[in-house]
Amino acid sequence: MTSLPDTSGPGQKKLGLVIDLDTCVGCQACAVSCKEWNTQGYSAPLTDEDPYEANPLGVWLNRIHGYEVEDARGNSRAVHFPRSCLHCEEPACVTVCPTGASYKRAEDGIVLVNPDTCIGCKLCSWACPYGAREYDHDDGVMKKCTLCVDRIYNDNLEPEDRQPACVRACPTGARHFGDLGDPQSDVSKLVAAREGHDLLPDMGYKPVNKYLPPRPRRDASTSPAEPLRLAELAGKGDVMERLFGWLDKVLS
Amino acid sequence: MAEPEVDTSPRGWDEVKPTTCYMCACRCGIKVYLKDGTVRYIEGNRDHPVNKGVLCAKGSAGIMQHYSPARLSAPLMRVGPRGSGEFREISWEEALRTATLWLSGVRSSDPKKLAFFTGRDQSQSLTGWWAKQFGTPNYAAHGGFCSVNMAAAGLYTFGGSFWEFGEPDWEHARYFLLFGVAEDHASNPIKTGLGKLKENGAKIVSINPVKSGYSAIADEWVGIRPGTDGLFVAALIHELLGSGRIDAESVARYTNAGWLVIDHPGKADDGLIARNPKGEPLCIDKASGKTVAASGLITPRLSGEVKLKGGATARPAFELMARRFLADEYSPSVVAARTGIEPATIQRIAAELAAAALDAPPVLDIPWTDAWGVKHDKMIGRPVAMHAMRGISAHSNGFHTCRLIHLLQILLGTIDAPGGFRYKSPYPKRVPPPVKPVGRGEHVTPGQALPGPHLGFPVEPADLLVDADGNPERLDKAFSWEAPLAAHGLMHMVISNAARRDPYGIEVLFMYMANMSWNSSMNIAGVIDQLTGRDDATGEYLIPKIIYSDAYASEMVSYADLILPDTTYLERWDCISLLDRPISEADGPADSIRQPVVEPSRDVRPFQEVLLDLGARLGLEGMVDDKAEPKYPGGYADYMVNHQRLPGIGPLAGWRGADGTKSLRGEPNPDQLQRYIDNGCFWYEPFPPEARYFKHVNRAYLEIAKKAGFIDIADPIIFHIYSEPVQRFRLAARGHGAVQPPAAHRQRVEAFFDPLPFWYPPFEEALVETDDYPMHAVTQRPMAMYHSWGSQNAWLRQILGRNWLYMAREKAKALGVVDGDWVDVISHHGRITVPVKLMDGVNADTVWTWNAIGKRSGAWNLAPDAAEGKKGFLLNHLISELLPEREGGYRYSNADPVTGQAAWYDLRVRVEKAKPRATSLPQFETLKPVKGLKSRPTIVRWGARKKGDA
Repeated sequence: MTSLPDTSGPGQKKLGLVIDLDTCVGCQACAVSCKEWNTQGYSAPLTDEDPYEANPLGVWLNRIHGYEVEDARGNSRAVHFPRSCLHCEEPACVTVCPTGASYKRAEDGIVLVNPDTCIGCKLCSWACPYGAREYDHDDGVMKKCTLCVDRIYNDNLEPEDRQPACVRACPTGARHFGDLGDPQSDVSKLVAAREGHDLLPDMGYKPVNKYLPPRPRRDASTSPAEPLRLAELAGKGDVMERLFGWLDKVLS
Repeated sequence: MAEPEVDTSPRGWDEVKPTTCYMCACRCGIKVYLKDGTVRYIEGNRDHPVNKGVLCAKGSAGIMQHYSPARLSAPLMRVGPRGSGEFREISWEEALRTATLWLSGVRSSDPKKLAFFTGRDQSQSLTGWWAKQFGTPNYAAHGGFCSVNMAAAGLYTFGGSFWEFGEPDWEHARYFLLFGVAEDHASNPIKTGLGKLKENGAKIVSINPVKSGYSAIADEWVGIRPGTDGLFVAALIHELLGSGRIDAESVARYTNAGWLVIDHPGKADDGLIARNPKGEPLCIDKASGKTVAASGLITPRLSGEVKLKGGATARPAFELMARRFLADEYSPSVVAARTGIEPATIQRIAAELAAAALDAPPVLDIPWTDAWGVKHDKMIGRPVAMHAMRGISAHSNGFHTCRLIHLLQILLGTIDAPGGFRYKSPYPKRVPPPVKPVGRGEHVTPGQALPGPHLGFPVEPADLLVDADGNPERLDKAFSWEAPLAAHGLMHMVISNAARRDPYGIEVLFMYMANMSWNSSMNIAGVIDQLTGRDDATGEYLIPKIIYSDAYASEMVSYADLILPDTTYLERWDCISLLDRPISEADGPADSIRQPVVEPSRDVRPFQEVLLDLGARLGLEGMVDDKAEPKYPGGYADYMVNHQRLPGIGPLAGWRGADGTKSLRGEPNPDQLQRYIDNGCFWYEPFPPEARYFKHVNRAYLEIAKKAGFIDIADPIIFHIYSEPVQRFRLAARGHGAVQPPAAHRQRVEAFFDPLPFWYPPFEEALVETDDYPMHAVTQRPMAMYHSWGSQNAWLRQILGRNWLYMAREKAKALGVVDGDWVDVISHHGRITVPVKLMDGVNADTVWTWNAIGKRSGAWNLAPDAAEGKKGFLLNHLISELLPEREGGYRYSNADPVTGQAAWYDLRVRVEKAKPRATSLPQFETLKPVKGLKSRPTIVRWGARKKGDA
């Protein structure tokens, strides 16, 4: 229903996020910073219904989930997983849109919703396998991550602040922003070095955002250090005498 | 179809003002974006030394904190009974007159009848000074239920502390040991630090019963049994000593390892340090074999007996320490059962620590000179860093456990070495800092100031605040035989002691920002009874008058008589002072201010300004001028600039001197605050490179520190692996000296005042039948919350609006409990009924939940049926402020016997399956909303464009 721009050409800019699951502690800094910027930004407002009642319901463009998963060695691991729009190269959320409100920008690949033409039919949120879109009941409009399109080019901000609010806030440095269409960009190199992967690649939507897998942990199973041995202390007698003898020798 | 035009350069703000965050105790620099005087966006200040631009979830949710409907709007006077929530609004003039009347009555008759305790505030150098000028001995902040074990253990061992007094060398560390829950303090610095460690490939080991938060990204999670960290650390020490894998040279030079400890059983000098007539500690010079005064220029013997004049013998402290930790009781195989950690794991971690610290140290090409004048051409690192906070602190064995961790650091030579744990100004201090607590009967005179500070560091029994019979002089019993080294006071005992009139009753309780009728107290129902209880004879409340200041309608507001409504953090001046809790960096001192970035919309005043106003009305010395007029008519900002604690030393260290060219010391500068604002509201001055490491023995550093007033003499700061001050208390318990503990306390003092650190079981565990209460119950700190502030925030409560009791799958299976069931959790003190979630990453003998999510229904202007009140819960109901009775019926406070630190994490419970329910138990009567609160909005469209906006 809505067509995609041709983004297959060489040098096509593909702006996106690289999220490091090895360093994400699940602190929610990115989620709240996102909420804070975007509630007054392009998507304003991100409405909060019943914010002080029993069931508060707000619009968030970035949500963080915590899971326990079993790793390849059968050990339980805690993983924090930030979830937001992945700005797919072939986004079903765009192609299903009956009005053209959902669209992918030709210039940089950002997927946006035009609030003026969105009719709130929610087809896009059904189409998105990542659950990355949020409907604002009060506003009657679908909302989603804009990659802070109103920050990354914003002349009113210092150049180093022209990055998505989530990346700007992230305390552990687990979030990175850049052009994943450029193999020489820092983010592309990071993805290559850390074997970053797509989320649900089989679905075929070719997400631009990448996730870096947790690094192998260095615990008993991977780094079996030799226990310290008393034999390392030269000399005779019990351990006490050997310790004191050793100290006598090393202290000059 | 053409793409719509998108404005990619909107300007949704008209100005940006710097200030300092106050969404937790971390104190990050922020920039507040404002549009028409409304807060639009808060971001981290890139230039700020604390957060370097990043901002946590709490910081970004500051907007919702500032505009919270729980904000108080005017001074209130209680009209109904306590707890009824019935108040009338009064003018500030009436409020201040009333407070002055109450306080002046106390001051002119018996100043100790005022108990003034402050919660999580950051102005303790002002509040402490105010209380001192008032003349009451009964002052402290909340450290007694927070972190005093950490502060005291560190300051009695190496003149610094974890907490805010230092930080890991994130840049150079190769191995990081993180003990216990650490997600609240130093929130952003620890997170950025962890990121840096990851980037540098350092190994992270988390020792915590729960694999929450930071544990999730650690290389190795050690799911220890709560309260046994000391055993684990002692076993690491056992391994390192047993294999000679220690930094012998730094131990010999920078610690009291070589000092001779007198062995004189039964005598008054047994266990003290042998000294020459000048009082200098003696050691055996290894080169000459002679007994000489210890010095960094002498290599001492670390073992062997020596005969002293007078017939006693002595041995180096190191030998005593080594004998203790090489004993079998601290071997990995012996501690395994109690800690739940395999011996092989302990042995491996010990080996890894040694390898990381000793085998390939980072070397900084920075020449430096030590305190004895010896020149070093390089700084050689010991890249093992550690951090610990309340997971260690909140146990009744926390003081000694923390000392064990410091001993481990010291043996590896990591203190203030590159890659280790680094001091932050104004630390290091002498061991312990040369400040004595003041507050004995002879110090308290009606109408007079106290002649010294409330809090300090006793080094012998004569320093205690006890009367001739050995009874406590302070209401909280700090610095008594119950808690001799209570360097932060015992706020958690104030209400309980006052209501029980043990040691005495009071007239006025004055508190600031401390939710004592809810999440900041143990035994909540008991505290509520104490706050509302009346004297049988007079019918008057047991605590006759309660003045309380808070910005929000917390649970405590309903139990006070006079409410002084505070501003939010964006509406006030504040200083984060080097005289208080520092924000310095390891590379140099720093301090900061808050400036009002928005005008208060309510009839509220910043508490610090109110305190100065009350001080002036009471005529307190230093708060009035010669004509009895207020000395700081410009309020707190005036004080921040013009107050001098010592000549040239005031609350702020930057831009001092008439022209603003001086740092640390200099006359007041009328333009100082503007200079702070121009610099982003902070001041930071890195030390020269040669003064940045080994500060305890670094001549360049020590001289700077002396000039700055951080230390009184530029002598080297020697670490105490053996604590002679602690031994002096033990000697008193053995019947020596002029000040001795009453008979009932002797055994306890003797047992726990061990000059060497050791491990003992937490008290609750030792006093209850562990078969009846087989499990441990602890809390963890959600990263997106700060106590009760976070759980009322419109955005943060959407992230975590209720809590569950988490337990290990295997344990739940044995109890027939499945995910979503309800259980009774029963302690020796009480019972709660709560919902359960199951997980893998928790020690099998431990249940846990998030701290301070549970609220009392009706508080904080949340809907009465909000999940925080109806489903959320606190473990506090299970914890008694007193320990079970001992022989003789005496009930000690549920606290560390050395410092008085509240032992929240000692809790033992039994878990039983319960019937499904709709609400958690206990439930209390819904609090009535206090007068003046705005109605809760049912919808928030924050940032919605108004018509006509671009």
